[in-house]
Amino acid sequence: MSEVHTTDVAIIGAGPVGLFSVFQCGMLKMSCHVIDALPATGGQCTALYPEKPLFDIPAAPNINAVDLIARLERQIAPFKPVIHLNQQVSELEKVGEHWHLRTSSGLNIRARAIIIAAGAGAFGPNKPPLNNIDRFEGKSVHYMVQRREDFRDQRIVIAGGGDSAVDWALSLADVAAEVYVIHRRDRFRAIPESVAQMKALADAGKIELVIPYQLAALEGKDDQLKTVIVKTLDGEERRIAADHLLSFFGLASKLGPINDWGLDILNGVINVEPTTCATNVEGIFAVGDIAHYPHKLKLILSGFSEAAQAAHAAYRIVNPGQALNFEHSTTSGIPTLEPA
Amino acid sequence: MPTITFIKPDGETVAVEATNGATVMEVAKDHDMPMLAACGGSLACATCHVIVDEDWFAKSGELCEAEEDLLDTAHGLTSTSRLCCQMKVSDELNGMAMTLPPME
Ligand SMILES: Cc1cc2nc3c(=O)[nH]c(=O)nc-3n(C[C@H](O)[C@H](O)[C@H](O)COP(=O)(O)OP(=O)(O)OC[C@H]3O[C@@H](n4cnc5c(N)ncnc54)[C@H](O)[C@@H]3O)c2cc1C
Ligand code: FES
Repeated sequence: MSEVHTTDVAIIGAGPVGLFSVFQCGMLKMSCHVIDALPATGGQCTALYPEKPLFDIPAAPNINAVDLIARLERQIAPFKPVIHLNQQVSELEKVGEHWHLRTSSGLNIRARAIIIAAGAGAFGPNKPPLNNIDRFEGKSVHYMVQRREDFRDQRIVIAGGGDSAVDWALSLADVAAEVYVIHRRDRFRAIPESVAQMKALADAGKIELVIPYQLAALEGKDDQLKTVIVKTLDGEERRIAADHLLSFFGLASKLGPINDWGLDILNGVINVEPTTCATNVEGIFAVGDIAHYPHKLKLILSGFSEAAQAAHAAYRIVNPGQALNFEHSTTSGIPTLEPA
Repeated sequence: MPTITFIKPDGETVAVEATNGATVMEVAKDHDMPMLAACGGSLACATCHVIVDEDWFAKSGELCEAEEDLLDTAHGLTSTSRLCCQMKVSDELNGMAMTLPPME
C-alpha cells in the first residue's frame, strides 16, 4: 500500500492559476498539494508558448511565459507546496469529511477541499481518433520513443508533419527495416535542413514518404499491429504492413476523469458561482480556464482573482466554525506554515 | 445580420444570427455549440476544427500558413476543413453552413 498524503487543499493542475491558488491558500495558512499530468509546472504557458511575451499581467509590462511561471514558483515557495508531476488525477471521492484523490501513478491524497485548476484538461499526447488504438498502445503504437534500439529491424510507420516526425524518421532510417512517413501534405513544420535530409533519404529509397495521406484505420492481432491503413482526401486507400506506429501530433488536453465527478460541465468548462468559484459539488472549487460563468474572460488575470475567491471560500470548509479575519499582505506578511 | 448554420455531430442543425466581425468560433461558443476551442482563438489548439460546406469553402477566405500548420495536428481532415477561430463573419458569409466534428 502506498502512503497517503494529507493536506488542507488539493489543487488539480499546476498551470499559472493552480500555482497562484497555492499562494492564496497559503496566505490563509492552508497547506496544498498540487498535481499535474505534465512533467513540468506552468500549464499552457510552459507547454504551448514558453518563449512568448505576455503584456497583460498587472505590473509586469512584458514578461515571457516561462519567466512568469518561474516568478510564481518563487512567490509560492514559502508555503512549501508539494507538487506531484507526470501524473493525472484519475479518481476523486468523498469519504467522511475528506476528499480522497488518486492519481494515475497510484498516489493517494486526502484533502478537505479541492481546487480544480485544470485548464482544458490534462495535457497528453494528441491521439488520432482510431477505434482500436488503445489496444496497441505501449506495445506497437507509441507517442514517444524511449529506446531507439527497440525499433531495430522493425517496420515503422511514422505519422505527423512536425519536428518529432522528421527527427525520428532521420534517426530510425539507420536501424529500422522500413520507415514510412505519413503526412497530409508536402510541407513539414520542421527545421528546413532536417526536412531536406529526410527528402534525400526518401529519394535514395531508404525511407518512403506517404503523402498526401491521413491515418484511417489500424489492424492487428491482440496488441500487435499488423497493418496501417491510410487514405487520401479522395478516399484512395493504401495498406502498409507494419510492426509499429509512431504517432506525433503534439499535445492535446482532455478532461477525461473530471467528467465523472458529478460536476456541472458543458462543452469542457465547469459552471461555478463567480464570487466563490464553488462548483455544484460542495467542497470542490474551479478556477482559471476551466471555470465558467457569464461573461467569463479566459485570462490569467481573471484566474488569479478566482484563486483568491476560491481560497477564501475553501477556508470555511477546511476550518469550519473558525473566523476568517481579512488581512492585507502588507499587514500579515507571509505567514509560515507548519509542514503538511 | 448574417445567418450561420452549424450541423452538430448528432446531426441536429442550428441556424444562428451572427454579428459581423465576430469570429465563427465566437459565434459557436456564444450559442453553446459543442466545440472546445480550448485556446480561445490564439491558434494553438485546433479544437475549433469545422468542415465547411463545399459550396461555401471558397468564400470562407484564405488559410494562412499558421492555420495550415495547425491543421496538421487535427484529425479527420477534409478538403474543406478550417479552424473556425480564423474565419470572420461578414455579409458575404450569410447562409454559410458547416459541420462540427465530434469532440474528443
Ligand atoms: C498561445 C497562447 C497565448 C496566450 N496568451 C495569453 C496572454 O497574453 N494573456 C493571458 O492572460 N492569457 C493568455 N493565454 C491564456 C492562458 O495561457 C490561460 O488562460 C492560462 O494558461 C490558464 O491557466 P490555468 O492554470 O487555468 O490552466 P492551464 O494553463 O491550462 O493549466 C492546466 C493544467 O492542469 C493540468 N491538468 C488538467 N487536468 C488534470 C488532471 N486530471 N490531472 C493532472 N493534471 C491535470 C494540465 O496538464 C495543465 O498543465 C494564452 C494562451 C495561449 C495558448
Ligand atoms: S480556438 Fe484554438 S485554434 Fe482555434
